[in-house]
Amino acid sequence: MDRMPAWADAILVPLFSIVLAAILSAGVILAIGESPVEAFKLMVDGALMRSSGWGYTLYYATNFIFTGLAVSIAFHARMFNIGGEGQAMIGGLGVALVCLFIPWPHWSLALLGATVGAALFGAAWAYIPALLQAKRGSHIVITTIMFNFIAAAVLNYVLVNMLRPTGAMEPATARFPEATFLPTFQDMFATADNPLFRGAPANVTFFIALLACVAVWILIWRTRLGYEIRAFGHSETAARYAGISPVKITVVAMLISGGLAGMMALNTTMGEAERLVLNATEGAGFIGIAVALMGRSHPVGVLLAALLFGFLYQGGAELALWTNIPRELITVIQALVILFTGALDNMVRVPLEKLFLAIRRSPKSAG
Amino acid sequence: MDLDTLIQVLDSTIRLATPLLLACLAGLFSERAGIFDIGLEGKMLIAAFFSAAVAFSTGSVWIGVLAGIAASLAMSAIHGLASITFRGNQLISGVALNFLASGLTVLIAQSWFSQGGRTPSLPDGARFAEITLPFAESLRDVPIFGPIYADLISGHSALVYIGFAMVPLTWWVLFRTRFGLRLRAVGEAPEAVDTAGISVTGLRFAAVGICGVLCGLAGAYLATGLQAGFVREMTAGRGYIALAALIFAKWRPWYALGACLLFGFLQAIALRYQNIDLGAFVVPVQVMDALPYILTVVILAGFVGKAIPPRAGGEPYVKER
Repeated sequence: MDRMPAWADAILVPLFSIVLAAILSAGVILAIGESPVEAFKLMVDGALMRSSGWGYTLYYATNFIFTGLAVSIAFHARMFNIGGEGQAMIGGLGVALVCLFIPWPHWSLALLGATVGAALFGAAWAYIPALLQAKRGSHIVITTIMFNFIAAAVLNYVLVNMLRPTGAMEPATARFPEATFLPTFQDMFATADNPLFRGAPANVTFFIALLACVAVWILIWRTRLGYEIRAFGHSETAARYAGISPVKITVVAMLISGGLAGMMALNTTMGEAERLVLNATEGAGFIGIAVALMGRSHPVGVLLAALLFGFLYQGGAELALWTNIPRELITVIQALVILFTGALDNMVRVPLEKLFLAIRRSPKSAG
Repeated sequence: MDLDTLIQVLDSTIRLATPLLLACLAGLFSERAGIFDIGLEGKMLIAAFFSAAVAFSTGSVWIGVLAGIAASLAMSAIHGLASITFRGNQLISGVALNFLASGLTVLIAQSWFSQGGRTPSLPDGARFAEITLPFAESLRDVPIFGPIYADLISGHSALVYIGFAMVPLTWWVLFRTRFGLRLRAVGEAPEAVDTAGISVTGLRFAAVGICGVLCGLAGAYLATGLQAGFVREMTAGRGYIALAALIFAKWRPWYALGACLLFGFLQAIALRYQNIDLGAFVVPVQVMDALPYILTVVILAGFVGKAIPPRAGGEPYVKER
């Protein structure tokens, strides 16, 4: 018998973890001499009370949906893909090549092409660690960490020596042609007398991220491949006995994971910067870990967690602007969320399980 | 390349290899006991900050070092709590600690010093002085040996010598003491150690603690030896390079020394020469940056001798009832 109903596992445990993380974060804010209540108000004001704030929140959330889904898929196959950051960097390279070297007639076609480019490049960067894990048994966590650093070096080399326009100092590509510019939320929703989302970077990629959530849900719970991935994640020996090839599942799951991480670059590179810069990912690959853990590797959970982190990111930027609290507060919150929902999971779960056991037992003793 | 240039590059190799070596040996203790630690980076970072901050306010570098070790030990305690007591995922805990250090150091630095996440530059007493070994000056004129002794071996800070002395010490502790035997056993077959009536939890906490002390030294060296003060993200991936060196060394102390010197040498070369002109083609600086990681992947793939981690590494120990 399950010790705890499924809903409690899916909702109560993450909720408790967030509350714990929030209490500790409030303590940190107090310790550096600011008021947590004021800070929270500022964050809500800046991120949720204006449409432009929402525009930023959703822009960040788009990144985190992609990277969160990427980590989730790998989690389902019981692999820890720490390489989202590097895969997104290389995905950005794919986007840049597609946008710079193919003359697109319209943004919608360019978006399709860039999606393929981003996913292919991201998947390719996940392919080698996946193959090494499947065939040679090298630990995927270590190889993906190493590949993050190698990706940074590759990107640095390509930007400095190959894609940088002549005469430019900054290591970045030229601006993409105008035909590839994606419509922002401002273009889509603002009218002359109702200027919504002014200047905010949220763009049409957000809807691709939502589609990706649906696609991942279908893949994981409604297809044979998804079943095989989950079976492999639950028990490798059982999966092998059922005729599922471990090599195939490891490689395929990592390819999908890398492809999703790479697609994050659509939002940052094509949607916002409209050129490829050196630090386009800004750590979003790592935030995917927190998002996936908090969202319990379920697309709905990932979406909600990504929105929360989008809010934290935009709110954190507001805090840095108006108070003496630097943006790094968000890194601390992110760390606490990973710690409580990931590593200290048992600390939260075991007391809750005991509580539920006690509740279940009590009617019996009464009757 | 003449002797002087060579000595300069090797001298810089030694300086750059020291933090790698200390962190690598830290990871060695932890992973030999079966606790994976990808949080070396975070421990070094937080130790670097607290050592610099405390050394600045007290004016004493040794009190700073102690503060750095204490901060690193606190992180170790969280890692131990998560991965030993609550049997959580050791890799996730390490990732979390890295972010925690990265965020907290800037946050506290900004709150204490208001200099954009750095400490003020350390004055002379608050950082390590270079130690001149005996007879360094008088032997300088001896050909070849003189400059090597005077410029390469002499003239480093205390932590460099401590770091290098740690290699034989680690070897001796791990392979010649009862504690070391038990520590290695707990990383290979914890159930056997448990059967012998020795506490698995105690041994693993001891290993994680040693790891904290060594990471503390590594971080303190960065902020008070290599540089004069803390700047944000000053570890710059050294924790991960140390991890790479550990795999490269196949979890053995003397090999760790070799791996760290090699990676330190690569860093020294990349620092001194931007692009290396080999005549036929030019090796770009990015290749030097990426080389430690590429080498590690090759080693991990088992093409050049297989790297086999401790058998119980990463697995929480659940006592049978």
